[in-house]
Amino acid sequence: MSVVIDIAVQAGLLILLPLPMLGLINVVKSRVAGRRGPPLLQPVFDVLRLLRKGAVYSRTTTWVFAFGPMIGLVATFLAGLIVPSAFPTSPFGFPADVFVVAYLLGLGRFFTMASALDTGSAFEGMGASREAAFSAMAEPALLLALMILCIPSRVPSFGDAFSALPAAGGLLRSPGLMLAALALGVVLLAETARIPVDDPNTHLELTMIHEVMVLDHSGPDFAFIQIGYAMKMYVLGAVLVHLVLPIPQDGWAAPALFIVGQAAVAIEIGVIESIMARLRLSRVPQLLIGACVVAAVGVLVLFTGGRP
Amino acid sequence: MSVALVLTLLAIALLVLGASLCTFLGRQDRAALAVGTGTSVAASLAGIAGAAWALVQRTEETLVLPWRMPVGAVSIGLDPLSAFFLLCIFLVSGLSAIYGEGYLRGFAGRRRVAAAPAFSGLLAASMAGVALARDGVLFLLAWEAMSLSSFFLVTFEGDREETRRAGIVYLVASHVGVVPLLVLFVLLAVPAGSFGFADIAGAGIARAGLATAAFVLALLGFGLKAGFWPLHAWLPEAHPAAPSSVSAVMSGVMIKMGIYGLLRTLTFLPDPPAWWGVAMICVGIVSGVGGVLHALAQHDLKRLLAWHSVENVGIIAMGIGVGIVGRANGHHTVAFLGFSGALLHVLNHGLFKGLLFQGAGSVLHATGTKDIDSLGGLMHRMPVTGATFLAGSAAIAGLPPLNGFVSELLIYAGAFTGAVELASPDGLWTLSVVPALALIGGLAAACFVKAFGVVFLGEPRTPAAGRAHEASASMQGAMVAGATLCAVIGVAPLLAMRLVEGPGAFVAGGGGLPGGVGTLLAAVTRVSAALVAGLAVLAALRRVLLRRRDVRRSATWGCGYEAPTARMQYTAASFADPVLKPGEFLFDRHRHADLPEGYFPRAARVESHRGDLAADRVIRPAVNGLLTLFRWAGFLQAGGVPRYLVWVLLTVVVLLVWQMGASW
Repeated sequence: MSVVIDIAVQAGLLILLPLPMLGLINVVKSRVAGRRGPPLLQPVFDVLRLLRKGAVYSRTTTWVFAFGPMIGLVATFLAGLIVPSAFPTSPFGFPADVFVVAYLLGLGRFFTMASALDTGSAFEGMGASREAAFSAMAEPALLLALMILCIPSRVPSFGDAFSALPAAGGLLRSPGLMLAALALGVVLLAETARIPVDDPNTHLELTMIHEVMVLDHSGPDFAFIQIGYAMKMYVLGAVLVHLVLPIPQDGWAAPALFIVGQAAVAIEIGVIESIMARLRLSRVPQLLIGACVVAAVGVLVLFTGGRP
Repeated sequence: MSVALVLTLLAIALLVLGASLCTFLGRQDRAALAVGTGTSVAASLAGIAGAAWALVQRTEETLVLPWRMPVGAVSIGLDPLSAFFLLCIFLVSGLSAIYGEGYLRGFAGRRRVAAAPAFSGLLAASMAGVALARDGVLFLLAWEAMSLSSFFLVTFEGDREETRRAGIVYLVASHVGVVPLLVLFVLLAVPAGSFGFADIAGAGIARAGLATAAFVLALLGFGLKAGFWPLHAWLPEAHPAAPSSVSAVMSGVMIKMGIYGLLRTLTFLPDPPAWWGVAMICVGIVSGVGGVLHALAQHDLKRLLAWHSVENVGIIAMGIGVGIVGRANGHHTVAFLGFSGALLHVLNHGLFKGLLFQGAGSVLHATGTKDIDSLGGLMHRMPVTGATFLAGSAAIAGLPPLNGFVSELLIYAGAFTGAVELASPDGLWTLSVVPALALIGGLAAACFVKAFGVVFLGEPRTPAAGRAHEASASMQGAMVAGATLCAVIGVAPLLAMRLVEGPGAFVAGGGGLPGGVGTLLAAVTRVSAALVAGLAVLAALRRVLLRRRDVRRSATWGCGYEAPTARMQYTAASFADPVLKPGEFLFDRHRHADLPEGYFPRAARVESHRGDLAADRVIRPAVNGLLTLFRWAGFLQAGGVPRYLVWVLLTVVVLLVWQMGASW
């Protein structure tokens, strides 16, 4: 019975939470700027509206264009099932699932970039090219941070890592984990195309990264992209939340704490976007390579400081 | 003699028979092609059956034929390691033979087509000979036959200047590579008392100096064939020059014979120290990252693929390195995961690289160009080639649910297990594989989005690309079969594990499948199945949503611009630029720019070229220095008898003086 509840909570949160997270970011940004802003559930309304619409396809495109959003959504959804949400373990977790999650996100990205090139548009090619460059630079930081997370529990799996975390004293007892959290934070901003890497509100196609890749998608395809995008933020946010907050093994406090944590991630993104300008494109690699270096230092700290 | 060995020998006999028949058919192109393909396919079926039989039965046997050889003996044998490489050889060369039937037909009447199936047969036979040989001399003979038959395949289009150049580079490189191997086998044969592998392994080479010398020599000689950085310089020259059906075999399996040789040498040396593994990890990281970065900088589709072979051989080297470190520490799980990941990647790379070279061949066949920036929009006219090339691209980028992911996952798992189980310096070394693999994966994804996207998607950039036609039935069949095998290994990795388990444990020094590997691979199957099922559900949902809705076709959004042309699309060079910018210092970069100036600028042009630092700054100066030395030494051999008499006189005088000096 408890397995059924676990699955229901895991899948339910994954379906319900991501889009309101996006809404929360916009609410925070509006409030900081002194506006009232859109309702919290505006992204949900947007997606529902898109699902009811028809679609326009470029004559240049092939089936790859339609497959990109679908593969992106399915891969991110599976990653979201595997990464623990409300509780420190996921009912869908297994040993070595950290590598699988990283590569599932990579699969979605690969097909999003391919469907951008399918339009034959210079703008979308530009976006795909930047996405390819930045994600390749962020990938080692992500994997290194996940390694720091998993080495203390000796199993490369989210469930074991998060369960072992409170016993090891949590984040504050381990400088390596703090560096991992820092690197993960940068990866989260880069992978979800937020300031300082990319600006989701920019109106100039020449400067966009994520938004410009999906310029030609419309109707249900675009809805899939929006859901997938929000889920990606939720997945990476979940890892960060478990890393920072000591979430109990069971009980009702766990889901509540998790939702508070995800909300905090969204608020933090909103605040960063309100007080920072985006980096010049040529500076972004420095940020990402910096994140890799931080994570690598974290690994060294873990190894020299004696492993728990 | 076991059934497996009989089938393998039958396969070799068929290949040699087919090759000789092709030679006799001479100028009858179609007939030669039919005979060559038929015998190759029959041989591959027999060989695959034999190798699979040997792997499942765990056959280990040696057969010494009572034939006389000047040195050494005709000794052949099968064990899990040989059987696994035989499987790869016959699988990839069989698929390529089917593909070649359609591809080479395009050369009929223009070239001596019969040469291609004949030498392809000999190449496959000699590779099988390398894997079967149980004697150093026989091994080197088969090795030489392999190098020579592939040389004739590289120079198939020998009327072209660049092909001849590539052929010479290849011939020289192969023979330079044999020198360390000769020394290696003599060195091993001295304590063993014979060239037989059984004697060498039985001698249990214990002297650390000798074992280290053997390892370094094997790394040089076999590493040159495998294409480890910086010994790879011949590879991006030779592989693109060969006909595409041959490039598939060369990149897919022939360079892996270097890996086979390295692993075989390791079985002779019982206790590898951990630093060998560390050396392999470093070689792997440098080859992997260097290979994929150079691949990104290429404009020629086949050169791009050749550079990716350097990258994938690097991944295999990382796996072997993790395996050696595990074995040195006596940790079976780490050793098994490293070696089995490397071996599975050998098979996987053979499959997807073969498929990708075949796809590139179909593009070349259909449009007459390999220049990525002259292509585009081929997906509309070549749907099968495009879809299979996409599958190969996702597989080589290591993405689930395809086969590249499975072998990389095994190497990741081995590296992680090493990091938590082994003592500190070794553990940290195996962990260094993780960020390197992640970076390589990200860069490979970028490179193949570029290659697939610019070639197959968008609008045709030249009229030739707009007139492309789909490949012939046999070419399509080979590509579809290759893509299917990639997907099968990705969805059902436990099946592939049954093939790799034996050789993996054999190289890891005994033991069976460690616990946990089965669970891991079963989980991969679940994820792959969920991916496919989820995609089907979503596709159905999309279809339902779009039914009876307004679905229109229109032009690509150009931000309001109404008259876009195909030339406005993003090019491969501009796509790769932001990825390569931070790594600029790794290239030998040349840039010429005539920038627009003044109020009425004239035509402007920019040309940039990213060359290979290792080839341009290390190998080329070394070769040039050597040539200068030879030219200087050529003074001795002037061709006139009087000068030779002077040399003889001088020698006699010097010897006399020396002798007198000694007697005093």
